[in-house]
Amino acid sequence: MAAYILRRLVSTVAVMAIVGIFIFLLLRLAPGDPAAIIAGRSATEEIIAGIREQLGLNDPMPVQFLRWVRDMLGGDFGTSIFAGRPVLELISQRLEPTLSLSILTMILAVTVGVSFGILAAWRTGGIVDRLLAAFSALGYSVPVFVSGYFLIYFFAIRTHWLPVQGYVPIDSGLGPWFVHLILPTVALSLAYIAFIARVTRASMLEVLSEDYMRTAAAKGASSYAMLFHHALKNAGVPILTVIGISFAYLIGGVVLTETVFNIPGIGRLVVDAINNRDYPIIQSVLILTSGLYVLVNLTIDLAYTLIDPRIRY
Amino acid sequence: MLMQKSTENGVLLDVRDLETHFFGEESVTRALGGISFQVKKGETLGVVGESGCGKSVTALSILRLLPKLTARTVGGEVRFHGRDLLALSDREMRRIRGDHIAMIFQDPMTSLNPVYTVGRQIAEAVQIHSDASRSVAMAKAEEMLRLVRIADPDRRVHNYPHEMSGGMRQRAMIAMALACSPELLIADEPTTALDVTIQAQILRLIVDLKERTGTSVMFITHDLGVVAETCQRVIVMYAGRIVEQAQVNDLFARPAHPYTQGLMRSVPDRRQGRQRRLPEIPGIVPSLREPIVGCSFAPRCPFAIDICREKTPILRDVKPGHAAACWRSEEVIGA
Repeated sequence: MAAYILRRLVSTVAVMAIVGIFIFLLLRLAPGDPAAIIAGRSATEEIIAGIREQLGLNDPMPVQFLRWVRDMLGGDFGTSIFAGRPVLELISQRLEPTLSLSILTMILAVTVGVSFGILAAWRTGGIVDRLLAAFSALGYSVPVFVSGYFLIYFFAIRTHWLPVQGYVPIDSGLGPWFVHLILPTVALSLAYIAFIARVTRASMLEVLSEDYMRTAAAKGASSYAMLFHHALKNAGVPILTVIGISFAYLIGGVVLTETVFNIPGIGRLVVDAINNRDYPIIQSVLILTSGLYVLVNLTIDLAYTLIDPRIRY
Repeated sequence: MLMQKSTENGVLLDVRDLETHFFGEESVTRALGGISFQVKKGETLGVVGESGCGKSVTALSILRLLPKLTARTVGGEVRFHGRDLLALSDREMRRIRGDHIAMIFQDPMTSLNPVYTVGRQIAEAVQIHSDASRSVAMAKAEEMLRLVRIADPDRRVHNYPHEMSGGMRQRAMIAMALACSPELLIADEPTTALDVTIQAQILRLIVDLKERTGTSVMFITHDLGVVAETCQRVIVMYAGRIVEQAQVNDLFARPAHPYTQGLMRSVPDRRQGRQRRLPEIPGIVPSLREPIVGCSFAPRCPFAIDICREKTPILRDVKPGHAAACWRSEEVIGA
């Protein structure tokens, strides 16, 4: 087990190196001189040369790459070109809204998605099952910028039950923080609920037809024990896998949701950075989210062993 | 049909006219065409027949464990201690399962839940039917593993199924089934999936435990040799019906149904060596999708005459305690 974790960590380093090279090349391979792009249309030759010098663009590429990696490992993610402040500081300011939205979304998506899937599998062809079929078609196909505005229209503008947009930091009170996050969380969750519920249903259906389920019934186990004790744990591996995949999609979904609901999070930071061609921010967010994703996947692979005793590394 | 009084002395399970259908897309399969039999207290009843004759469906119908969407018991009664199990609520039925009637299945490799330890699965049966704490139930599980003669029960109780051999898993299944001291144990081909040497051990174990606990056993098998070794009484099934019912000795001495005779001839006889080619019963088992006119065995039967193809024979006594569903039983016995 320890050897496996070590091996995985080593391969993580390799993966991150490759990701790093791609992200690094993003700036260098963009059409035109990065310094000129950064300086803008009306800049003089001297200004551009100054920027080039300042960014170290005159050095050979491998040198530039290694310097970039070394700085990051030392905690220096560079300085925003547009804001003129350290990238890490900008990111940490935007972290709370994004984390709040992501965590609430995952909690909602996993609890609702898994329960929905279990109930649908329990009574195939029943009301819940048919509801899920309809809902998942909708959940997959309606993007956040449609469902988000629908939710805003009905639950904020028409009924005034919930705030329209915006974000309230958690220090300003748990209540207002939560109330502002309800609509964005629901909007972002829909697709994940559909996804997780479908996989849960399929996985549960397979398990429910296994011989050991009949053994459990022959023991006198209740429906609840059959579903949640005997079946769910066996169906857990595929469910856990899609939760991991959902994390990857979450990063893209957060960008859209933060825009629709005007939440000042990482997503908005990136969108603004792209508009401003603020490469240090784009690069840093990309490398950090990739790292997070790799870590989540490692955690999930290790979590398999908790669910299924036959999986040993 | 057999018409006994409701709670005759010594009768534990009284199945009457049990009829179970499977519902397909367009057709209905009459898996059980109204069967009646009894299991007496303390006896081992063998249920014999080819695959698809309705042996397992009988067991699953009794315990109401048929797949909900595709199968339903459409008629008859299953009287256990005089109460019709088919009329019980789901909750009442759950109290019967595992506690009063337990079941072991054919394939021990797939019948245990792979993600829980064997001890926990046995303890679960104890905890469902008593208010024993987890630790008391686990102690009971260990005791049961010792009873089914698994070596190092204190260690094995913490094993997962994949850490055990097939024979050991079947022992664990038996331990689970007997954990609540059931009055009836239904064993559905418990040795079919095992190696021959292990088969003998498991059979001996079931016979021993039955003697010790006084549990009645319904032993489902396609193997007449197993019946001879384990059972007192036997019913022979064909195409969803009982075709013969007798004490084991009578059945082997004087089979009264041509199908039973055919089954016996196709059992390898060690004394005759390998030279002899085993005779088989010609023809195939009829489809149960269409109603069968006459005797369902008639197309394969060497004794068949006109009446066999026109009227379905009912089970009738050829002597007390020995019944066959054949128009020509007398000739069959004499043959």
